Amino acid sequence: MKILVALKRVVDYNVRVRVKSDGSGVETDGVKMSINPFDEIALEEALRIKERGQAEEVIVCSMGGADVQQQLRTGLAMGADRAIHVETAGAVQPLTAARILLKLIEKEQPGIAFLGKQAIDDDCNQTGQMLAALWDRPQATFASKVDISEGKATVKREVDAGLETIEVDLPAVLTSDLRLNEPRFVKLPDIMKAKRKPLDTIGLNELGVEAAAELESISFEPPPKRGGGKMVESVGQLVSELKNKGLL
Amino acid sequence: MSRILIIAEHDGAILNVATAKTLTGARALGVDDIDVAVFAADPAAVAGQAAELNGVSRVLSVAGADFAHPLAARLAPEVAAMAGDYSHILAPSTTFGKDLLPRAAALIGVNQVSDIMEVIDARTFKRPIYAGNAIVTVRVPEGGPVVATIRTASFAASEGGGSASIEERQPQAGDPGHTRFIKVEGSDGSGPDLSSAPIVVSGGRALGSADNFAIIYGLAKRMGAAVGASRAAVDAGYVPNELQVGQTGKIIAPDLYFAIGISGAIQHLTGIKDAGTIVAINKDAEAPIFEIADLGLVGDLFEIIPELEKAL
Repeated sequence: MKILVALKRVVDYNVRVRVKSDGSGVETDGVKMSINPFDEIALEEALRIKERGQAEEVIVCSMGGADVQQQLRTGLAMGADRAIHVETAGAVQPLTAARILLKLIEKEQPGIAFLGKQAIDDDCNQTGQMLAALWDRPQATFASKVDISEGKATVKREVDAGLETIEVDLPAVLTSDLRLNEPRFVKLPDIMKAKRKPLDTIGLNELGVEAAAELESISFEPPPKRGGGKMVESVGQLVSELKNKGLL
Repeated sequence: MSRILIIAEHDGAILNVATAKTLTGARALGVDDIDVAVFAADPAAVAGQAAELNGVSRVLSVAGADFAHPLAARLAPEVAAMAGDYSHILAPSTTFGKDLLPRAAALIGVNQVSDIMEVIDARTFKRPIYAGNAIVTVRVPEGGPVVATIRTASFAASEGGGSASIEERQPQAGDPGHTRFIKVEGSDGSGPDLSSAPIVVSGGRALGSADNFAIIYGLAKRMGAAVGASRAAVDAGYVPNELQVGQTGKIIAPDLYFAIGISGAIQHLTGIKDAGTIVAINKDAEAPIFEIADLGLVGDLFEIIPELEKAL
């Protein structure tokens, strides 16, 4: 079985994102970029499945300009076997991303397509579900535990009510939640080794993907600030403040 | 044609309050016809509750044994089959809506608007990105319906008092058979629901252990509040993960929120910034939680909480 893992290049999660003063976007110049953390968790899980002998090959893919190859190389250094870069003129929105991934699936025939549950830049949380729809296969989103056996995946999902367990026939789309695992650190020799692993580049038009109509981003603004609060000195003062506000 | 379809979230017996919040978001679109679709094994009770919400025109009640658990692969084709009659298709931005609606959107052939926090006009919306550190205004292109999830913390629940008609509909798709519900494990279900409780008492890493967390449960019980927790407390194993409040947990908007022993990481603050009044109790006076708290008290939570319980 092959596992296809989609990696998105995003602003690193430690960066404090700022909206540009003219409201045209967020500041990304000179900002550290990384693999979307949820995608990194998806890749880690795929590698563990392979290390348990339940998959033969882990393929990472990404879409965007040439700079996404940095994140693909990191994925190869983590342990993926090969990488596919789909060249697009910038970021694509979820439906187009899902259509691109479907083309790669038709070519590679993986048993699992593994994605992060959402990207931490646009916070859409759509691509995995859309891919499952277009592929007409099961989806197990927000996974916090995955067991593979006999052509099936048993997945614990983080839902509002607690932990839901579902069973899906493979092939299927899985999306990772935060607690699925802790991704491994990349070691220097692995980075060297990753330079020799295959990384193919495919043009978007070679895949024959029709881009979906995109949402238009009109303007960006910082979130509204909460007004500064008040420090109280004692429990008694706290209780009387809350009573004054009619909250107790 | 302007007509809105809301996909109801429920547990088979009770309509989830997230549906009434989604309805409030729908009413902001300035469209009069709002239908609510209820997919259930036995939808009568839930359909009746939906019909009582003020502003609903019709409830579409769809019965099917395989709707007993809301599996996206089963429900998405049903939603897509209804889409032709609607200008807008909405669901709450809960794990139910997040799982289902993008799958339906792909079948319909449109991108989705996730987490609408404000309606500008019928096709223009504000939504949070970068974990709430920026807000983007997006416009949905013409040529297809608006498919969107509604950020429940941004909208109050619609009131009752309505009397919509209830129409029975037949399922349009079959069970694909490839996805099976096994079980759901939740907390014991005692106490108010974290997502909708008017008062929430949350504890953080400073509690130090699962046993010590009992002091948070005690205070919450005394106040009739729901219990929440920071990601640090969940990761440390003090409480189950469904209590996590924050960007990767639940995003909530109670009238009163207690952050106890929570330093206030950005991802936690994202989950509470629509709360009415935030009270922070922390022994570190420099903790970032005090920057957004309405009332702050510096001190040892193990001394303050018993004192607070006595004072209530």
